[in-house]
Amino acid sequence: MENLNLFIRSIFVDNMVFAYFLGMCSFLAVSKNVKTAFGLGVAVTFMLIVTLPINYLLENYVLKAGALSWLGEEFADVDLSFLSLIMFIAVIASMTQLVEMAVEKYSPSLYASLGIFLPLIAVNCAILGGSLFMQQRGFANAWTATCAGAGWGIGWLLAITAIAAIRERVASYSNVPAPLRGIGITFILCALMGIAFMSFLGIKL
Amino acid sequence: MADKISNKQVFFNPFSKDNPVIVQVLGICSCLAVTAKLEPALVMGISVIAVLAFSNVIISLIRNTIPTNIRIIVQLVVVAALVIVVNQLLLAYAYDVSKQLSVFIGLIITNCILMGRLEAFAMGNKPWPSFLDGVGNGIGYAIILIIVGFFRELLGSGTLMNVQVIPPSLYEQGYVNNGLMILPPMALIVVACIIWVHRAYNKDLQEK
Repeated sequence: MENLNLFIRSIFVDNMVFAYFLGMCSFLAVSKNVKTAFGLGVAVTFMLIVTLPINYLLENYVLKAGALSWLGEEFADVDLSFLSLIMFIAVIASMTQLVEMAVEKYSPSLYASLGIFLPLIAVNCAILGGSLFMQQRGFANAWTATCAGAGWGIGWLLAITAIAAIRERVASYSNVPAPLRGIGITFILCALMGIAFMSFLGIKL
Repeated sequence: MADKISNKQVFFNPFSKDNPVIVQVLGICSCLAVTAKLEPALVMGISVIAVLAFSNVIISLIRNTIPTNIRIIVQLVVVAALVIVVNQLLLAYAYDVSKQLSVFIGLIITNCILMGRLEAFAMGNKPWPSFLDGVGNGIGYAIILIIVGFFRELLGSGTLMNVQVIPPSLYEQGYVNNGLMILPPMALIVVACIIWVHRAYNKDLQEK
């Protein structure tokens, strides 16, 4: 139940895009049409679900102060937490590469539609952000971390699909002032969506 | 490079004509999230300038030895190492600010400005121009950060750098801080306004 609550909250209340502005760069760059936006969203969700538990285990069994005590008494006061950034990004970058190779081998059709996004994902702040929030909040176990990751990913997917749909309409039907065309109006749309998403604040199951 | 651009242009273009935030649309995430107050915005700007300049130099120095297939990982490792240094420095000397910035210092690693400039510039240029490019883009980023931080703090809490600037007498006459400015979505609106003004003056940047 608690995990379900966390999952729902991660989608709506702690939405990566509208509450923390993570993954904004690709969010703005790849939201010109719904199909590619959806593809990128799926890829991000998948990477969050995969990397969050791995980084959770890494954090709790290697990096945290005293986390190495399972190796023996003499490791009990080793604190490697300053290395966490580099470890997290290494995990994310190598997982991206692995997933890219696996997808290319086993599902060429999926690769054709997702392929170009996969390298982009290694530098998507939403993924690293997910791991850093996980570290900051100290989740109870790897399963909880996975739930949060799934929630953040789906929230991101929801946001990018929605903004892409709106942008498609705006591009063809509305008369936007010239200096605001393109990126300017997208910022304002995002802000309005963000305000709408704030009405989810305080949701509890 | 086909058209050789001078070091001066490399340094000054990112200030306005080729600004990383409002023209190249890179590094939006952190730009929006840390600007509720001026002080963290300033610290964030300085951190990004430092990391960007040095990572540009390092990548530029080793650019001929990096295999193209794994260049992203190499770049990420270089950047991550520099960010760790900055993070530890902030923890040691500016603990309060680093608490406010929380995860966003770590997120400099995935800040698109870094990857964008490394890919677009440092991979193909000598160290000295790369250094200038890094500093220039860092300053361009910091300028936007400071403008956004200035307006959000002034209108949202009536302070600047935590010093009260809106006189108390104004509050007595019924002036109220605009609480909306503190909320995250308003950062987007402020950036949109900057883009609007900027593109109104630079007509060639307008999109069809």
